[in-house]
Amino acid sequence: MHVVTIASMTPDTEAAVSVDASGNVQWGDKLVVNPWDEYAITEAVLLKEAHSGQVTVMAVGAEAQAEALKHGLAIGCDQAIRVWDPALVGADSLAYARAAAAAIRKLGDADLVIFGKEMSDSASDQHVFQTARKLGWTMIGFVAKIEAIDFAARTIRVRRMTDQGSEVVSGRLPAVISVLKDINEPKYPTFIGIRKAAKAEIPVWSLADLGLSAAAVAPRTAISGHRELPRREGSAEIIEGASAQEQAAKLVARLLEEKIL
Amino acid sequence: MDFALNEEQIMARDMVRELARDKIYPTLKEWDRKHQPHPDVLPLLAENGVLGINIPVRYGGQGFDYITLALVCEELERIDASLRVIMSVHAGLNSLALLQWGTEEQKQRFLVPQARGEKYAGYGLTEADAGSDPVNLRSTARREGDVYILNGEKMWISLTALADHFIVFAKTDPHAEPRHKGITAFIITRDMKGVSTYDEKHKLGVRAGSTGSIVMQDVEVPVENRLGEEGEGFYIAMSCLDNGRYTVAAGATGCIRACLEDSIKYAKERHTFGVPIAQHQLIKQKLAFMQQWYDAAWLLVMRAGWLKNQGQRNTRETAVAKWFATDMSVKAALEAIQLHGAYGFSDEYDVERYLRNAKGAVIYEGSSEIQQLIQADYALGYRHDRPLRCEPVPYDAETWQSEG
Repeated sequence: MHVVTIASMTPDTEAAVSVDASGNVQWGDKLVVNPWDEYAITEAVLLKEAHSGQVTVMAVGAEAQAEALKHGLAIGCDQAIRVWDPALVGADSLAYARAAAAAIRKLGDADLVIFGKEMSDSASDQHVFQTARKLGWTMIGFVAKIEAIDFAARTIRVRRMTDQGSEVVSGRLPAVISVLKDINEPKYPTFIGIRKAAKAEIPVWSLADLGLSAAAVAPRTAISGHRELPRREGSAEIIEGASAQEQAAKLVARLLEEKIL
Repeated sequence: MDFALNEEQIMARDMVRELARDKIYPTLKEWDRKHQPHPDVLPLLAENGVLGINIPVRYGGQGFDYITLALVCEELERIDASLRVIMSVHAGLNSLALLQWGTEEQKQRFLVPQARGEKYAGYGLTEADAGSDPVNLRSTARREGDVYILNGEKMWISLTALADHFIVFAKTDPHAEPRHKGITAFIITRDMKGVSTYDEKHKLGVRAGSTGSIVMQDVEVPVENRLGEEGEGFYIAMSCLDNGRYTVAAGATGCIRACLEDSIKYAKERHTFGVPIAQHQLIKQKLAFMQQWYDAAWLLVMRAGWLKNQGQRNTRETAVAKWFATDMSVKAALEAIQLHGAYGFSDEYDVERYLRNAKGAVIYEGSSEIQQLIQADYALGYRHDRPLRCEPVPYDAETWQSEG
């Protein structure tokens, strides 16, 4: 079995995000492992523990992405690979997916690819589905539990969440899945894993290594600017009264007047 | 001179930071209020290998260095002193003493299960009438054939209710001159006949930790449980303190950081006179001092850690770090409460707990006054480091990380 998990660094979810005058987002300086990817990495390591095999953690991006890979190694992934090429600067989701799919194919024996549900900064998950499409593999999104997986028989059965509830879906391997927070409790690094991660030299695969041309990853879409949500205006009013009953009566009268009740 | 932490140290620090914040902090206050040890802390530290962080891999530990021990202690006390106290006694006072002074057989029997987190360890030096003056201890050890018979009572012992192993000190020669030459160290276990413990229930701070007394009544301790030679106990006790005080100092930097971080957050949220209080100069001054205290304390701790990694004696450097860091943690906590105003006086916020905890650390493992005497005596030339039969064990990454 060979499971691949794709991880990213995203801006700290606690950072105050703002948009400057020229429409650029200020995300703050600190990056964290995309919180959704923590579940993906953990699920890959849990599968390894249950089925014995290999887990590769992969990232598409510049040097800063290596931290997500080190985190993966510290939790128990066997190897890490970073995909990067100057031609990927400004890549859109499709370009990202082309690079990711080519790297997964280069591994040669991947059975399952696990993504976190989405990127926490852009709330975007297109790259997940596009990667599956580029690979031509089964795609199952929003997985809350892997109910059964048989690497020999090439089958997977999962419970996935829908707007209405959940459904159980069976499919063939190789497959790409995206996972939700229900799937596990993220693992913490181990000290042995930390030592391994600290010593690891992570290979970088360029477009040439993947057999892709710069034209193949030229972005088809571009974000021209961001805007902040309009500020909500509001005011507070204190209802005075001699007793709680009187205050309640006045409050109800006001709510009726405003047609809230 | 290199002030940078390496990647391994940073990742270990961050892991412990996240573990303590996610797994313990949310429920800490309820145990502090109940004056009871938080039941999840020891298992969490054991399962994740924290208890053996800087013990060589071949003795069941994780093979990290002394600097990492300090970083771990800082992160634990960033949440609560009760977490760091565990490292002080289990790792600092006990396990590192076994590494330095234990026979190979003692290391296999006691250090390996402690480093793996299968057994918890404590340290008993202090008695009712022997605190700053440990040579005054009254516990006795009488040799009878292949055993020593121990009698006495140890007081203010951390992890009393939870530890399986204790290093205790008793007089094998009550009439020795000088008196400290009559003290010997022993490893006792909770299951030995005649060993009983009880917890102190109402302390000002470290309420989510276990502190109490060990009573030894005709406890038969086999000769092979004697740590070091007969009469060597005082030197062993003092060398243990070099490691224990180091963890206390490192923990105190975590307490100062807690005061600083909580105060920064509050100062930005709380408004007076139409602006966040962070914009008032007297508030800025408090924050500036806290930052200065943190930086200076941290650097003193790192210097002591560097000496430990080299295997050099560090009694003075560790003592000055412990004195400064703990004294400043009390000041930082007082300022943090003042900055929080009436809210800081309530346990709705954490800063009052920081003060209650900090006040303990200027008393235990050598009061601030004792640390001052140590500094003065070294400066005056009244005190010198004499060679030890077993010198501190230097850190060597290759041998500490090898399995064999």
